[in-house]
Amino acid sequence: MTILAADVTLPDNAGYVVAAYLVFLVLLLIYVAIMATKLSRFERELTELNELADKERTAA
Amino acid sequence: MYGTRLRAFSLATLVTLTGGFALAAFYAPEDADQGFMQKILYLHVPLAIVALCGFVFGAVCAIQHLRTGESRWDLRSYVAIHMSLIFGAGVLVTGSIWARASWGHWWVWDEPTLVSFLIVFLLYATYQPLRFSIEDRDKQARYASVFAITAGAFVPLNFLAVRLAQSYTHPRVFATTDGGLEPRMKVAFYACLLGMALLYATLWKYEMASKNTSAQIKALRRRLAGDEVPAPRRSAAPTLESA
Amino acid sequence: MTRAVNAVLRRDLRIETRTPQVVPGMALFAVSAFVVFHFALQQRSVEGNLAAGVLWVTLLLAAVLGIARQFVADREEGGFEGFLLAPVDRTALLVAKAASLFLFLVALEIVAVPAFLVMLLGPSPVEFWRLLLALLLADLGIAFVGTLVGALAVQSRARDLLVPLLALPLLIPLLIGAVKLSAPVFGGPAAAARWPWVLALYDLVFGLVAYAVFDFLLED
Repeated sequence: MTILAADVTLPDNAGYVVAAYLVFLVLLLIYVAIMATKLSRFERELTELNELADKERTAA
Repeated sequence: MYGTRLRAFSLATLVTLTGGFALAAFYAPEDADQGFMQKILYLHVPLAIVALCGFVFGAVCAIQHLRTGESRWDLRSYVAIHMSLIFGAGVLVTGSIWARASWGHWWVWDEPTLVSFLIVFLLYATYQPLRFSIEDRDKQARYASVFAITAGAFVPLNFLAVRLAQSYTHPRVFATTDGGLEPRMKVAFYACLLGMALLYATLWKYEMASKNTSAQIKALRRRLAGDEVPAPRRSAAPTLESA
Repeated sequence: MTRAVNAVLRRDLRIETRTPQVVPGMALFAVSAFVVFHFALQQRSVEGNLAAGVLWVTLLLAAVLGIARQFVADREEGGFEGFLLAPVDRTALLVAKAASLFLFLVALEIVAVPAFLVMLLGPSPVEFWRLLLALLLADLGIAFVGTLVGALAVQSRARDLLVPLLALPLLIPLLIGAVKLSAPVFGGPAAAARWPWVLALYDLVFGLVAYAVFDFLLED
């Protein structure tokens, strides 16, 4: 029972199968990108808040 | 906290989903009828099953929200439905690709699950506009929960009706030769299904953690800056009550 | 509770009979739709599945008009607050509104179905009781779903957009059942025995769901 089929040539309509899995990958990567923007915004806001806290501590 | 065990979930998803796809690609045999194209099944059907379970999970969270009145259940419901909607978009696109590959048309009306999915998708696509158009936060959350429960009850009815509406003479596009899967296909299929479910759970936790973080930052900003909080943009998403 | 239901129902019916808005609007829409179908399909008459489809799509879209109008007066004139102050079971409002919508739909069909038979239907109808059964079961389902959707949408700013967007997908299983059940009346294929049961199941499920969640729509 062969498990690996690495040397078998792909059939003609493999394009569609690949396209479907690519769609899935693209959706996932779009989500990664959205998360990336959110994460950078969190980073920015937290640094701002840290500076704000420092200012208030020195002022007090 | 939603970030706990996020790493464990991600790793589990990584292993199961990649393993499942690998099994689908190399271990499962080709279908006698549809050939190589049938491999889309390992992606399309798990996406569909997980999306539908996600909608039902959203309805359950909505029930909890109405029972307890706690806003975190509303947020869980919102995120669940949001995720399922995106998974659902994936279902429709992959289903369309499969239809094109096996029938030559980009859409087929003869596949009852795909048609049911379109209807369910159209319904849930109104969830966010509904939330956005109700300004009062409490009302918005309550009405959204009512919608989620109604839509959740609708999903099985819809599948039943559409399935029954098909005449038996028309062959289903996506059915395999005997209507069942061979054992090796089954293994790959269940692995992909489990992997997809774990992916949904991981992404759900991701999104919940992100919303929680955002709420905590807002609360912190309020505590530090007092009244000079900039007015937030109106959004359809629910916010957690600050700790 | 029946007294509360009767009171609200009588009020709605009285409003409608004094200044008829909803029913004439729905009926006029239905007849206009038949004219539109005649030109769009470019056929002198329809029969079979096509006939059932044309009739039910028209009824459904007309019903959506009625759903959109249901709660508007209550919202604008303070009917909700008045109802909430009264010491009655809140489900009474659901029952009363569903009943009034049901009656409006019946009134619509008294005009629309004969109009359809005269204007568009080719063959003479047979087994007319199937159509009556389908109308009865469908009206019940539309009444439940419509009241729920109407109450949901009335509080939003985009209510005229939301009602059709919410109602149409929800009503699709009902449409399927109604068309399948009534197609033989117009010369279409015979209907399987299960379709009345499917419609009844739909009515039951949505009646229960509406009963369970309606209270939450009324809280302030």
